[in-house]
Amino acid sequence: MTIYNLYLFDRDGQLLHYAEWTRNKQSGMTREEEAKLMYGMIFSIKSFVTKVSPIDLREGYLTYTTNKYRLNLYETPSRFKFILNTDVHAQGIKELLHQIYTQVYVEYVVCNPLCQLNKPIESELFAAKLDEVVKQSPAYASRPA
Amino acid sequence: MTVHSLYILSKSGGLIYQHDHNIPTVEHEKTFSYPLEVKLEVQNRNIVVSYGQRDGIKVGHTLMAVNGMKVTGQQLEDGRDAMLVLADEANYPINLKFARPRLTTNEKIFQASMFYPLYALACQLSPEQRSSGIEILEADNFRMNCFQTLTGVKFMVISDVKQTGIDNLLHRVYEIYSDFALKNPFYSLEMPIRCELFDEHLKSALEQAERLGISNI
Repeated sequence: MTIYNLYLFDRDGQLLHYAEWTRNKQSGMTREEEAKLMYGMIFSIKSFVTKVSPIDLREGYLTYTTNKYRLNLYETPSRFKFILNTDVHAQGIKELLHQIYTQVYVEYVVCNPLCQLNKPIESELFAAKLDEVVKQSPAYASRPA
Repeated sequence: MTVHSLYILSKSGGLIYQHDHNIPTVEHEKTFSYPLEVKLEVQNRNIVVSYGQRDGIKVGHTLMAVNGMKVTGQQLEDGRDAMLVLADEANYPINLKFARPRLTTNEKIFQASMFYPLYALACQLSPEQRSSGIEILEADNFRMNCFQTLTGVKFMVISDVKQTGIDNLLHRVYEIYSDFALKNPFYSLEMPIRCELFDEHLKSALEQAERLGISNI
């Protein structure tokens, strides 16, 4: 099992943080362009899902799967979007994303007075903690060497 | 175990077939006193709940009837404007019926063509080499399975999260498509499928999938 990368967007679609663990294919564009494309895709998927859904949706968790990877979207009520790409079989990603939000983002960005909330995150502590939490998760740990 | 609906997209992204198999109706009726506890606003010429979820009435539900009188767009059956009726205290207590809006045919075509770039983007933004597009899209209360044939035609089935055997169903639909649409001499490619035999077989395949929900279709 593998965790590929993580995007964190704020409510205006700005890329706050990008982290990468294993990534075998680059998209061939700059990070900003890629982030815009990713946000645009997520935005469209969300509107597609709300329209096409036969019954009312309940929460902001959504995944899609291709033959190679799975994209997991976790959206907080304040519309922060956490997008984590994993392999197809990864388990417990919803809990992991919630943990990243409450234990890493809130603790090391919101509670840090030196972090501006509407700017890309520059805190090294945040990046280190994020890396730690992801590497501790079973979805990351059980990957073949 | 439910199959909600089926979409077939041509290779250029146009909707060539759509069938709603089993879509639950979500309707709530309630008598309100003045002032209204829900906030309504006009969106796309419909009256939509924008705030104040209560008694099953959710944000996004549209106003369907006032005192049993049907509402079309913003107008009541007798030609009065529904918003003006709701604003007038003299009309209270008032009975309102709200429902989750169904997609119109135009909206279905629109949504289907929206899916086409999403499928392509999923491939482009992949962190792994040689990824396909979206195969399964899953939200908390429904799942969409998509199967793309070698020729680029996409079959999409929207079903309950617990429904199993969708892969087989999709292949079965492909089979029906090749037998009854493609072999039909009056059918031209990329055009909407209007063929009775196709409809019949498709319906029975969907019903069978719902009944069995297992792999032997």
